[in-house]
Amino acid sequence: MTGLRLKLFQDLPTPLEVDFNCDPGEVLALVGPSGSGKTTILRAIAGTYKPENGSVSVNGTTWFDSTNDVFIPSHERSVGMVFQSYALFPHMNAVENVMAALGHQPRSKRKPRALELLDRVHLGGLEKRRPGSLSGGQQQRIAVARALARDPAVLLLDEPFSAVDRATRQRLYREIADLHSTLQMPVILVTHDLDEAMMLADRVAIVRRGKLLQIGVPGDVVRKPASAEVAHLLDIRNVFKARVVEHKAESRITCLDWHGLIIEASLNLKSACGVEVFWVVPDGYVLLHRRNRPSRGEHENAVSGTISSLVAIGQTVQLTLIPYHEPSLPIHFSIPLHVASRNGIDMGVEASVSLLTKGIHIMPLQTGHED
Amino acid sequence: MDWTALWLSLRLSIITVLLLLPVGIYFGRLLAYREFAGKGFVEAIVALPLVLPPTVLGYYLLVAFGTASPLGQIWQKLFGQPLAFTFEGLLFASIIFNIPFAIQPMQRGFEAISSDIREAGACCGMSPWKVLMSIELPLAWPGILTAMVLSFAHTLGEFGIVLMVGGSIPGETRTIAISIYDRVQAFDNSGAAQMSALLLVLSLIVIALVFTFSRRAGRSAG
Repeated sequence: MTGLRLKLFQDLPTPLEVDFNCDPGEVLALVGPSGSGKTTILRAIAGTYKPENGSVSVNGTTWFDSTNDVFIPSHERSVGMVFQSYALFPHMNAVENVMAALGHQPRSKRKPRALELLDRVHLGGLEKRRPGSLSGGQQQRIAVARALARDPAVLLLDEPFSAVDRATRQRLYREIADLHSTLQMPVILVTHDLDEAMMLADRVAIVRRGKLLQIGVPGDVVRKPASAEVAHLLDIRNVFKARVVEHKAESRITCLDWHGLIIEASLNLKSACGVEVFWVVPDGYVLLHRRNRPSRGEHENAVSGTISSLVAIGQTVQLTLIPYHEPSLPIHFSIPLHVASRNGIDMGVEASVSLLTKGIHIMPLQTGHED
Repeated sequence: MDWTALWLSLRLSIITVLLLLPVGIYFGRLLAYREFAGKGFVEAIVALPLVLPPTVLGYYLLVAFGTASPLGQIWQKLFGQPLAFTFEGLLFASIIFNIPFAIQPMQRGFEAISSDIREAGACCGMSPWKVLMSIELPLAWPGILTAMVLSFAHTLGEFGIVLMVGGSIPGETRTIAISIYDRVQAFDNSGAAQMSALLLVLSLIVIALVFTFSRRAGRSAG
């Protein structure tokens, strides 16, 4: 049994209902809004918080098991933790901060090892400086070096990029990604930023109010959210309600009645005919029809309407289409800037799009704990 | 100049501070980090000597020291002498009336350390004892130093309680503050002036040292 195995259940004081594994070398991102219990989960792994029920084990060693009353104190767990505020020791300089986590090494080896770690996070030359005299990015690196100093069995990163400016963050992302390729332990990254999770994590776990809603590789989670709640948390905007009309198993299609318009989605037999469902179409699966060649009905899931908003961001234009058949349900999509200009896309013009069947994902209306 | 009284006062102050140091660290830390039922009440008890008139506190201590009280009886049995009107009794009283001066600044000192910093210590593999020694005490140092100096200075200057529980026995309970009062009562104004001046200078030096040290500690911590 290698890697991290975790199960936590409790109602109070913070509700928790999570169950996941993280393999050695894997980066698992816990994503969710502020106050969703992500940090509590991290603290339960680190041993600075004792949950009511559940178990935590790392590489076969049990750190916490409520049924057998096992709770290994924090300082006896092999964890490396980077705190959101870094929590560096203000009265120690950079090298002393790292040496503070090297208590398991013989005294003579601590300083050389600390200097080596500082070098590894590109802080060579700053070892005598106190945290107070260093920038946010430099402090973050000391925190990373200190977390790695223990040769931890699991590395925990609590919103490690939230306190630095944008440019520094981009640089730190690359450094962390480089570092990650050399690390052999499970890495748990807590973040509220989905883009950050997508960039750095092998898998993402969506958490809300202490409950694990979905876990999977980032692409899958974004394309196939488990529920409208997850889609909402991921800021996927094209989420609509419809009724299942029929399943065509041989052509791998489920037909939906979307306010009178029939939408062909990828086959999903979990929802019976006549049942109301949510369906989602990610941005990349909305195709604009060429305006000089109007839709003649052969297109997949053609929807016509007028363009109601148009925002250019760099080389991309984000568009909103108000469908004729139901103006209260705008469709959001983006296209390259040159495509928009070639097609004469502007505010108020008429346009048609295709919603690609393979991108349309059906979700149940009820997910049990919807509130 | 009553050198015996001065020496007695210094001895009393130093022993009081040394005995209060672990007590203050323990209870200051407890009040800073733990939540428990009746914490407000405990904090009120700790602060009580601040608002109680010294004579009232002195009166209750005198009653507690008497052979009619359990404390007085136990002491009498163990050491064969009463607590009242002895140096030991004075020391006991001094510890009691200095409790707020020792505990409160230390509590503030520990409160100023964020829980993240303490948890970071544990996550670095430090035992609770090691976290206390290498993280908490250095960071709470300005508060601890303030507590020690306040207790020292307060013991040196306390008058009412000392008079109530110790009286004025030379070499046993006559502190410098009592001695100054005695000199004034005996119309020996020059003797009183000398000792008052000495106490003034001594207090000023101690306070100045504290400000210097705590500023240096504050700078290095920031």
